[in-house]
Amino acid sequence: MSWDLILTGLAGVVAMATPVVFATLGETLTERAGVINLSVNGTILLSAMGGFVAALTTGSLWLGFLVGMLIGGAVAFLVAFTSLTLKQSQVAVGFVLALFTRDLSYYLGNPFVGKQGPRVPVMPIPGLSKIPVLGELLFDHDPLTYLSIVLIFVTWFWVYKTRPGLILQGLGERPAAAYARGANVRLQRFIYTVLGGMLVGLAGPTYSLSVKAGWKGTISGLDGIGWIALALTIFGAWNPLRGAAGAYMFALLQWLSLVVQPYLPGVPTQVLQVAPFPLMILTLLLVNIGNTEWMKRTLAGLPPDARHFISRILRALQVTPPAGLGRAFEEE
Amino acid sequence: MQVELRDIHKFFGPVHANRGITLTIPAGTIQGLLGENGAGKSTLMKILSGFIRPDRGEIRLDGRPVSFRSPADALRQGIGMLHQDPLDFPPMRVLDNFVAGSPGGLLPDKEDARQALLSISQQFGFSLDPDAYVDTLTVGERQQLEIVRLLWLGARVLIFDEPTTGISAQQREKLFAALRRLADEGRTIIFVTHKLEEVQALCHRVAVLRSGELVGEAQAPYDLDRLVEMMFGKVITVGRAEPVPLGEPVLELRDLAVEDHRLHIRGVTLDIRAGEVIGLAGMEGSGQRRLLRAAAGLIRPTGGTVRFLGQDMTGRPYLDFHKAGATYIPADRMTEGLFPDLTIAEHVALAREQTGFLLNAEQMRAWAQEAIENFSIRGRPETPARALSGGNQQRLLLALMRPDLRLIFMEHPTRGLDLESALWIWRKLKDRCRKGTAIFFMSSDLEELLNYSDRVLVFFGGRVSRPLPAEELDVERLGQLIGGYGFDRVANDAITEPQTEGKAA
Ligand SMILES: Nc1ncnc2c1ncn2[C@@H]1O[C@H](COP(=O)(O)OP(=O)(O)OP(=O)(O)O)[C@@H](O)[C@H]1O
Ligand SMILES: [Mg+2]
Repeated sequence: MSWDLILTGLAGVVAMATPVVFATLGETLTERAGVINLSVNGTILLSAMGGFVAALTTGSLWLGFLVGMLIGGAVAFLVAFTSLTLKQSQVAVGFVLALFTRDLSYYLGNPFVGKQGPRVPVMPIPGLSKIPVLGELLFDHDPLTYLSIVLIFVTWFWVYKTRPGLILQGLGERPAAAYARGANVRLQRFIYTVLGGMLVGLAGPTYSLSVKAGWKGTISGLDGIGWIALALTIFGAWNPLRGAAGAYMFALLQWLSLVVQPYLPGVPTQVLQVAPFPLMILTLLLVNIGNTEWMKRTLAGLPPDARHFISRILRALQVTPPAGLGRAFEEE
Repeated sequence: MQVELRDIHKFFGPVHANRGITLTIPAGTIQGLLGENGAGKSTLMKILSGFIRPDRGEIRLDGRPVSFRSPADALRQGIGMLHQDPLDFPPMRVLDNFVAGSPGGLLPDKEDARQALLSISQQFGFSLDPDAYVDTLTVGERQQLEIVRLLWLGARVLIFDEPTTGISAQQREKLFAALRRLADEGRTIIFVTHKLEEVQALCHRVAVLRSGELVGEAQAPYDLDRLVEMMFGKVITVGRAEPVPLGEPVLELRDLAVEDHRLHIRGVTLDIRAGEVIGLAGMEGSGQRRLLRAAAGLIRPTGGTVRFLGQDMTGRPYLDFHKAGATYIPADRMTEGLFPDLTIAEHVALAREQTGFLLNAEQMRAWAQEAIENFSIRGRPETPARALSGGNQQRLLLALMRPDLRLIFMEHPTRGLDLESALWIWRKLKDRCRKGTAIFFMSSDLEELLNYSDRVLVFFGGRVSRPLPAEELDVERLGQLIGGYGFDRVANDAITEPQTEGKAA
C-alpha cells in the first residue's frame, strides 16, 4: 500500500473516531461526577436518527445537531432524575433506557431509511491544511472533527486545571467531602449528567450527518458503539486524554480490519468487522488485571525481579474508578 | 470566638440523638466532649458545623445568633470540622485537596496556595509534601492537611471528632501541640473523644454526654472516676484478667515473609498456642496488616510456611482456614465485615449452619433475639447493620462467630469503641481464650496491646521484632519501640548477629 493511501486512511481514522470521542468525553464527565449513564448505546442511535430526520425535513444541519444534543440531554435527564431524585438504580434505569432508545430509533426512523440527507461539508483549515502529513491528518476535516479535538483538551483542562474541575473530581470520589467544600452535590451531578448526555447526543448526528451519512435503521452499523464508549471511559481511567486516545485506537482497529480484509480471503468479512470489539474487551482486561486476586497470587510466586517489573507495568496500566461512582449521596 | 449552643434537639426518626443540649465554650479554650458510643457527640458537632440542621435550638457565635445552610456556610462564619474519617479526596494530590473548594475564580492560583500550605504547615511543624498523593499519607498527615486547609480558609473554631484513632503516638503529640498553640492564639477547639487520658492531657474543660443529654461539665484537674461515672451512669472497674493456661500450638509461622511495593518483611517465626493472645504493634502501614492477612490466607506470603492445627496451610486461601476453624475480623467493619443493608436477623441466619434452602422467619427472629441478648446489642432483629453504632457492629460481629473457633484474627478489635464496650469485647474474647481459642490481633492502642496480649511483635521500618513478652513492656517502652527507638536490639534479625549489648542510648 502506498504512503498516500495510508495517510488518507489515517485521516479517515481521525474522522471515524470523532463521534466515539464525543461519547467518551460525555460519559467521562458524567462518571467523574459519580453517575453511570448506561444508556449511551441507545442514545447514540436515537440521536443519530433524530438528528438525521430533523436535518432532512428542515434542511438545516444546525437543527440536526441541536436535536441530537437535546435527545442526549433528555435521556440523561431521565437517568439523573430517576437515580438522583427518585433514588432508583442507575444501572437498571440506564440499561433499560439503552434498549428502549435503540428500539425506538429503529421504529421511529423506519420511514426515513435510505433517504438522501444533507451532509456536513469538509472545511480544510486555510494554511494549516497545507502542512505536509499533519495537514491532511488533522486539518482537512469537517468542523465536527475540529470541535472534538478542541473538546478533548477543554475537557481535560476543565477536569484537572480549574476550580470547578477539582470539585468535579471530588464529586465522584467522595461526595461528602465535596459537599463539605461547598458543592451542591445533587445539582452538580444533575448538570454533569445532562451535559455529558448532550455530548453523547452529539455523537449520533456526527454519524448520520457526517461520518456515516444517512439512516439505514438496523444496518446503520452504530449498534455497539455506545458500549465501546463506556468501555473506553474505563480504559481511559476517567481521563479525557487517555479516553480519547482509546477512541482513536478503536477507530484504528476498525480501519485495520478493513485494510487486512483483502489479504485474508479465508476469513469471513463479518469476523473482521467485529474484531475490534473483542479486542477492546481484551484491553479492558489488561487494565484491570493488576487488581485481581489471582494475579496477585501468581505474582507472589515469581522471583523478585520479575515480580517487581511486572507489577510496575500493571500499576501503570491499572485504573481505579471514582470511589463514589454509582453511589447515592444524602446530605444528612 | 465564643460558641454557645442553646437547647439543641435532633431526632433521627424515633431516635432522639440530642435532647436539649446547652453548652457555652469560651474563646481560646480546648473543650473536651466525652460520651459513650451513640451518646450524640458527632450529631451535636455536625449540627455546630452545618452538616445537619437541629430540629430545635440556637447557635450563637460571640453572642450573635447564627444559622448554617451548609458546612461551607459554617466555615465562612468561622467553624471548621475534622471528621473522624478525614473528608478528603484520597486519589488527588495534597495541593489539589488543599485548593478544592476554596473561593476564587475559574483558575486557582496554585503557587499562592502552595506557599500558604507550606507556611501554615511550617508553623505547626507539619511536613506535608504538596505534590504527594493523599492516599499515600497516613491518617495523621491527612488530619494535618485538613487542619491547615481549614485554617487557611479562616476557621476560628475547630472541631475534632475522635482525631486520635488510628494515628501514631508521635503524631498525637504533634497534634496536641498544634491544638494547644491554636488555643493560645485565641481559637476555640472542641475535642471529641472516648479516652479519659486524652482529656486529662489536653482539655481545659470537658462536657459529658449520655443518651443525647448533657449530664455534666468539669474543669481541669479532673476526677477521672467521676467522669467515668458520668459517661456510663455507673462505676466501671478495669481489672486485669487472670492468666489463661496455654495449650498446644494452633498457628505456627516459620520464616514467614510478606511484601508490598514498599515493604519487605521477612523471617517471622512464631508459635501461637491455644488460649494465647499475640498483639502486633507498629505505626499504621508498617506491615502488621499484611502479616496478619498472610497468616490467615487472605494474601499469599512471599516466603516461609504457615501451619494451622498441625497442617501445612501455606498459600491456601482464607476459606480453607475458615473451614478449619479460624476467622478474620477486619477493621473496616462496615465494608468488609458486615453487609450494611442486611438486618441483624439476616446476619445471624447467614452465619448459622444452613439446613434447609428457605429461610425460616420465626427461627431467624429467635436466633437474632438470642444474639442480641447474649451480646447486649442495642438494636432489634430487623435493624440493618448500617444503623448500628460502631460498638454494636463489633458486638454483632462477635455474635456471628462460630462457637468452636480455634483462632481469631482481628484488626483493631476496639477501635472507635467506648471504654465500656471495649472492656466488654475483651471480656468475651478472653472467655474464648479460656476455652482454648488463640487470638492474633493488631492494634494501635498501646494499652490494649499490653493489657490483653501475652506477647507482642513490634513492626518498625520494614522489620519485625522477635515476640516480646507483654509483662516486660510498658506503654513508654512500647511507644519507643514503635518509633524505632532501641528497636535494633529486639529486631528478629538481631539474634543472628553476635550479641553486642550496647548501652541504652
Ligand atoms: N444519620 C443518622 N440516621 C439515623 N440515626 C442516626 C444518624 N446519625 C446518628 N444516628 C443515631 O443517633 C445516635 C447518636 O449518634 P452519634 O453518632 O451522634 O453518637 P456518638 O456519640 O458520636 O457515638 P460514637 O462514639 O460511636 O461516635 C445514635 O443512636 C445513632 O445511631
Ligand atoms: Mg461519633
